[in-house]
Amino acid sequence: MRREAPQKLTDYAPLAFPAIMLTVFFVIPFGTMIAVSFFQRQQGGFYTPAFVFSNYERFASLFFANVLGFSLMLAVLVAICCVAIGVPFTYLLTRMSRRAQIVWMVALLSVLSLSEVIIGFAWSTLFSRTAGITNLLVALGLMQNAVALSPGFPAVLTAMVYQALPYTILVLYPALVRLDPTLTEAARTLGASPLRAFFTVVVPALRTTILATLIMVFIFALGSYLLPQILGRPQHWTLSVLITDQAIYQSNMPFAAAMAVFLVLVTLAMVALTLFVGRKREAAT
Amino acid sequence: MSLFLRRFYFVLVGLFLAAPLIVVAGVSVNARQTLAFPPQGFSLAWYVEIFADTGWRNALFASLTLATLSAALAVAIALPLSWFLWRRIAPWANIFQLLGIAPFTLPPVITALGLLTFWATTGFYGQPWTAVISHAIFFVTLPLVTLSLGFSAIDRSLVEAAATMGADDRTIFRTVVLPLITPYLVSGYAFAFVLSLNEYIVAYMTVGFTMETLPIKIFNALRYGYTPTMASVTVLFVVLAAVIYSLIARYGDLLKLLGANSEEKP
Repeated sequence: MRREAPQKLTDYAPLAFPAIMLTVFFVIPFGTMIAVSFFQRQQGGFYTPAFVFSNYERFASLFFANVLGFSLMLAVLVAICCVAIGVPFTYLLTRMSRRAQIVWMVALLSVLSLSEVIIGFAWSTLFSRTAGITNLLVALGLMQNAVALSPGFPAVLTAMVYQALPYTILVLYPALVRLDPTLTEAARTLGASPLRAFFTVVVPALRTTILATLIMVFIFALGSYLLPQILGRPQHWTLSVLITDQAIYQSNMPFAAAMAVFLVLVTLAMVALTLFVGRKREAAT
Repeated sequence: MSLFLRRFYFVLVGLFLAAPLIVVAGVSVNARQTLAFPPQGFSLAWYVEIFADTGWRNALFASLTLATLSAALAVAIALPLSWFLWRRIAPWANIFQLLGIAPFTLPPVITALGLLTFWATTGFYGQPWTAVISHAIFFVTLPLVTLSLGFSAIDRSLVEAAATMGADDRTIFRTVVLPLITPYLVSGYAFAFVLSLNEYIVAYMTVGFTMETLPIKIFNALRYGYTPTMASVTVLFVVLAAVIYSLIARYGDLLKLLGANSEEKP
């Protein structure tokens, strides 16, 4: 049976349920959120329909600029760390036996599935004074007293890299597993060391993949909403945390919605950049 | 030398991934209610607590119900859509594929906030079933991706043969298509199930004030101090995810689902 264009109206029937669900429960909520971002906030957490730009005007403050700048900086840092660790790791992983790959993938998927709540709790335990890693250093005689390592910027960064690393590896995997093995073999035959072959053959061949992965991990890191809150100080809060805080604890839905719309625009710009990079890659090959 | 370096690198990454979980596992068997590692004494009381304490048991039950139902709904949305896209030439229908992938690609806070404003506006805010729909929409991407992969792997000549012998769409779907895509269907369900079980922000923004799922319960417990039950629940979740993914790997082709070429036939 070949694919064919729908003939009768009933041919569209299977599409009805998915289309209705996605429209009613994704498109309309999305529209509601955009509408609320223009609403007027009232005292006591309520808001009334209006068409004001005051929620967006609040972006023009030093506080917001700081949060935005920090969020972008943190996401870039997380993306760079994850790709730097992930590319060699994934490359070596794809050269292992299928069995070993499956074991690693099960482990990576399990970590990736973990709730941010759980990741935050686990790292705050690891960084705590009473149950933390510094106890190990004290036991080894490297430190005098156990200390708390969180809250702080290194704690936030570590936990976010932890959260995003499995994602990075899964994004890199399809491209790396299909990489022609004869490429490196040729380099090795010509006398290059494995490390040299990796940096002169594998990395250049994957340049666009690496760039696209950086952008995807960047978007992923922008979405982190709890780790900066659990492991950081207020100055380490990101845009996602601020949105949650405004929506839930400050009950300022219009402002939260305006920031969310802004975050969507940043994300969409990044997705467009990814697609652009991908298109250039197709054109190049 | 290079083999040693490679091993060392894998051990380092493995240690990084495992370290927080090892500490949490250690903390979860402390004999008394202290946050201490290495554990002082050994006790499984905190695992019993998950089921013995009403609060934790209810949260566990709420999470399991939510994950079971929302993953089923996600599959119910994804299956007809991906079947339609496979069977028909209708380029504009790809917009729904895009809509299905969007919630998962955007930062989760956005989907959560959109649904919060929507449920608040329609007046259903706080109803338990709103969380089921919200999670189904949020995770529909996963069955959608596994199913499109499954459909693209179907050999069209099989379907052609069935059609030549007079089978209609319904019969072909039941006897040829469904058996071929079942592994993808199951793994799509499993991915959505595990992620729904762990999801915090969407659940919190839709039903956070009326219902406690396990991640919400853990977060609330985290804010008001420490109880070792948080650690035992964490271990339970990690084990559950690992078991489910191992089952997918055991009965399906996990690496192919993740983008590798199919398994070489011996």
